[in-house]
Amino acid sequence: MQINVMINNKQVSLQVEPGEFLAETLRKHGLLSVRRGCDTSNCGLCTVWIEGKPTLSCAVLAFRVDGKKITTIEGVAKEAGEFAEFLVAEGAEQCGFCSPGFIMTVLAMKRELPNPTEAEIVHYLIGNLCRCSGYLGQLRAVKKFLGVGLI
Amino acid sequence: MLSITELAQPETIEEAYRILTARPSNVVLGGGAFLRLGSRKVGTAIDLSRLNLAEIEEQDEYIKIGAMATFRTLETSPVLNSCFSGILPKAVGNVVGVQFRNIVTAGATIFTKYGFSDFITALLVLDTKVELHAGGLIPLGVFLDSPRQKDILLRLWIKKEPRQAAYQSLRNSAGDLPILNVAASRLGTEWVIVAGARPLRAKVAVQAAAQLSSADVSLETIRCAADVAAAELSFGTNARGSAQYRQAMCRVLVKRAVTEVLQCKSM
Amino acid sequence: MKIVGKGFPKTDGMMIATGKPVYTDDLAMARALVVKILRSPHAFARITAIDTSRATELDGVECVLTYKDVPKVRFTLAGQTYPEPSPYDRLILEEIVRYVGDEVAIVAAVDEQTAARALRLIKVEYEVWDAVLDFETAKEHPSTVHPEDDLHCNYDIGMQRERNVVSSQKVEAGDVEGELKQCPVVIEETFYTQAQAHAMMETYRAFNYLDHTGRLVVVSSTQIPFHVRRQLARALQIPASRIRVIKPRIGGGFGGKQTGAVEVFSALVTLKTGKPAKIVYDRCETFSCTTSRHAMRLKVRLGADLSGYIRVIDIQGLSDTGAYGEHASTVFSVVGAKTLPLYNKTKAVRFMGDVVYTNKMPAGALRGYGATQGTFALESAVNKLAEKLDIDPAQLRLQNLIREGESCLIHADSSLKSSSLARCIAKGQELIGWNAKYPRTEMADNKVRAVGMAVTMQGSGIAGIDTASAEIRLNDDGNYTLLVGSTDMGTGSDTILAQMAAEVLATSLDSIIVHAADTDVSPYDPGSYASSTTYVTGMAVVMAAQDLKRQIIESGAQQLAVEPDKVVFDGAAVRTLAGDKAVSLQKLAERSVVGAGQRQLVGNATYGSSESPPPFVAGFAEVEVDKETGKVELLEYVAVVDCGTVINPNLARIQVEGGIVQGIGLALYEEVRYDDKGRLQTDSFLQYKIPCRKDIGNITVAFEESFEPTGPFGAKSIGEVVINTPAPAIAHAVYNAVGLRATSLPITPEKVFQAAGSRTGGPRP
Repeated sequence: MQINVMINNKQVSLQVEPGEFLAETLRKHGLLSVRRGCDTSNCGLCTVWIEGKPTLSCAVLAFRVDGKKITTIEGVAKEAGEFAEFLVAEGAEQCGFCSPGFIMTVLAMKRELPNPTEAEIVHYLIGNLCRCSGYLGQLRAVKKFLGVGLI
Repeated sequence: MLSITELAQPETIEEAYRILTARPSNVVLGGGAFLRLGSRKVGTAIDLSRLNLAEIEEQDEYIKIGAMATFRTLETSPVLNSCFSGILPKAVGNVVGVQFRNIVTAGATIFTKYGFSDFITALLVLDTKVELHAGGLIPLGVFLDSPRQKDILLRLWIKKEPRQAAYQSLRNSAGDLPILNVAASRLGTEWVIVAGARPLRAKVAVQAAAQLSSADVSLETIRCAADVAAAELSFGTNARGSAQYRQAMCRVLVKRAVTEVLQCKSM
Repeated sequence: MKIVGKGFPKTDGMMIATGKPVYTDDLAMARALVVKILRSPHAFARITAIDTSRATELDGVECVLTYKDVPKVRFTLAGQTYPEPSPYDRLILEEIVRYVGDEVAIVAAVDEQTAARALRLIKVEYEVWDAVLDFETAKEHPSTVHPEDDLHCNYDIGMQRERNVVSSQKVEAGDVEGELKQCPVVIEETFYTQAQAHAMMETYRAFNYLDHTGRLVVVSSTQIPFHVRRQLARALQIPASRIRVIKPRIGGGFGGKQTGAVEVFSALVTLKTGKPAKIVYDRCETFSCTTSRHAMRLKVRLGADLSGYIRVIDIQGLSDTGAYGEHASTVFSVVGAKTLPLYNKTKAVRFMGDVVYTNKMPAGALRGYGATQGTFALESAVNKLAEKLDIDPAQLRLQNLIREGESCLIHADSSLKSSSLARCIAKGQELIGWNAKYPRTEMADNKVRAVGMAVTMQGSGIAGIDTASAEIRLNDDGNYTLLVGSTDMGTGSDTILAQMAAEVLATSLDSIIVHAADTDVSPYDPGSYASSTTYVTGMAVVMAAQDLKRQIIESGAQQLAVEPDKVVFDGAAVRTLAGDKAVSLQKLAERSVVGAGQRQLVGNATYGSSESPPPFVAGFAEVEVDKETGKVELLEYVAVVDCGTVINPNLARIQVEGGIVQGIGLALYEEVRYDDKGRLQTDSFLQYKIPCRKDIGNITVAFEESFEPTGPFGAKSIGEVVINTPAPAIAHAVYNAVGLRATSLPITPEKVFQAAGSRTGGPRP
């Protein structure tokens, strides 16, 4: 079947199978930042925005986003790059495989939580697993990115 | 691997029900969080997105939660945060992560009757009814105990009343399923106590609540009620815990939930 | 130093952080056949019939392969230097299947759905055998996991196939039993450490194709390209010269990708079909059909005198290597090798035991590689001894640990050249507030806080074996290309090697182009494991850069018509000492490729060390235990690290934090579990819980630099040592809190609750 979606501010028409998940559709469309890390909706690697909300693209059937707006890290490249600088400055992006999904969640958090405490940041990001960095370098980067002066 | 033959996005509930009952392999789609688990052969997958079931509505006597409302909607709802001591946001707010909760729906969680569900445990201490298309409006507890049949869950109806409630859970890793969860609520002098993830799904501890409701509340009566709850409910063993441990934890969590309710400001 | 010792960002940092398509699956050609594996549902069985006809006939299926279609030469998939101390106990596909998930058939099709359909059409009949599932009774079990007589060992690792023993080992110095009898204080304890999963974010995958000369090119998410080439040559029975292995960016390894788990299947498909092929393991296969950490039982006896000197250390072990023995003997040997030297006031030490085959997923390399298990056992025993002697645990260690310049019983002929462990312990005590908090503080609400500690050592490369080569070339435009075979799996090793080269050549980091991990191009390197890259490959890089620097000086001197000892190279130019003449690096480089006297300058070096200088960590944990539920909350963790000179403080810090969190997972949350039919139950992130952000408390990392004379700029290693301390330190803290002596991992709330309920113990405050 065909779906019409706005991906990263571009209107596209895509051919999808009934049982096809959005993560697969996006990768086929060339958005290789979207990755599959698990099959139980636990790891957060595949996080994209659907109508601006951070969502697991591996768990959403492609046909359900017909008529919707999808954003991947490729679509917020400038802002993602700004945050990435902080990550890279900490050395906190290691293998990088969790990074795009993580960054999409961070940028969503920036829009959703005005002045988050450290506890709120940790709570918001908890669905993004990382096996390399031990999480704290990522937290340092987030705090610096959002600006000093957190409670 | 998931295989789906056809998709449907019906515009009316009658149409949705018609498709659902047309073939055994036709199913209603929930959030999709666990669609990848195992292999399934689905005939027609029915998406209810067009039926306006995603909202939380506060009315005079009821709060109505649409079946397609996501956990994130529940978590951030000003209505739910200001009622029942905010128990529903608390219950769903610790589930996996934000992007997971943007997918998981109220209706699917209840319809699948997962044992580990924090949401079901919390709902059971409130006056909750489920609205089914064919089955009508029935109490949540009755729905949970009835055999699985094809139907479409449309809404939850929660009676608005000044009920104070608390939710407790025990997890090893914070991102894990609960080893046990417990909820308690009080309306006037009437208590409701529920334990879930036993690992079986939530059950009401009737005797424990009755005991607590009939006496003056004190440390002793709380402890006593907790013991009764641990004795009247059954517990099982799985990878996350043994039956005896769960039973012992039931005692602890009931005590904590009841104590927490007592500390709630009166509504 | 201008470059070494600075926290430069990783050279690939921005690209991988922002999701650029530089990983294996991103590079695979779209038309590559998709390879899927049919797997055994039985833990131990023989295939009596296999019918692939319906699968082969399916439209879109390119080939279906069974044990009848593969070469009959056994091999190992171990990422180890040849000749591997690993049994050649594998065939690509075999009539006998040895664990639930073992490969039965290979299907290649045009897409994933077709391949999956084809799998379901293959009909297999099995004769099910009695599986060996309990490693503690494996030796007496009537079943023999490896009954084949063409199993080959390169040399004697103590195998007794009929008893399911892969390796039997003993290392001993002094008379253990005799000395124990002389000790007034003896403690004994048996510990069980669990199998752990790597859980790297990028699952296993590889793709391959035949190039324009018909050679097999393999692009794989691997830590061991050179070893994979050798493995494939033997398994496929083609010359290694006909194989090229390339490692792109990869999403983590932690030792999992030190076993060639997937390459051989898709490579075989390409050889059979002539077409490109790709294999991508999903998360379930990654958990259940690759490798895990060796589960072990370790019995420790310590003998001490009344003044607190540890005189005897005896560790007797049993290790479960699962169905295949890749890393069986080496992991086991590391248990003793990285524990016995820690305390050198000993009169007798011994490590001995067996590694057994069982019908479960094979064990393999996982960060720490035996030292993790050994450290948990030894340090838990030392903490128990400290209590018995009524000596502060930090004090007991300071009194007994090996110091710089000293030797130990099992390395009597060599001495420790660098160690700041004593300073690490003191610093760690200060950072965690040891004196105020030891042993515990009762809190309100039935909670108790307590602290615990542990120390550890690891190695830096494998002494006498790990050897790396490096090449560095001066390019025509005045920058450099550094060629190495090591495998940056996210750690940033490519970056720190460039830092080292830049330091030697007195240039900026971005003048160094790093090309790594392509067996056609790279100088030989074992790959990144055994904590070898900084120390072994790093030294090769330093030597190669020094070699090139010499050549630059010679060439510059020649161009300036003076003797080489009359000039100096400052990174930008070769100048005469007199200061009257100079030639810029730019000019020198241009002239080196064209014109009179042209000679492109290339420095190279090969380095292998006869030593494996240990890095050290002192780890301190503060926990809060809820006595009513047994839940252990980790409040604080302090790790003070001696990795010699810190090459890049940011990357080193992240290594520590990442390793600590994996160690916390081992201590509290992670466990690979099987059911009674040998089926792996923890095959998803739903069931296997790696620590999430809320599970880890506050981690403080500090470095106490020592200087290792045999290491590049004084550096040792850091990659593995960092995972070893959390389990024993947390176990110690839990003991101090509620009196539970955790002798098995993970320390779950239920275990703590059972003990806290039945004791009132814990050491006196």
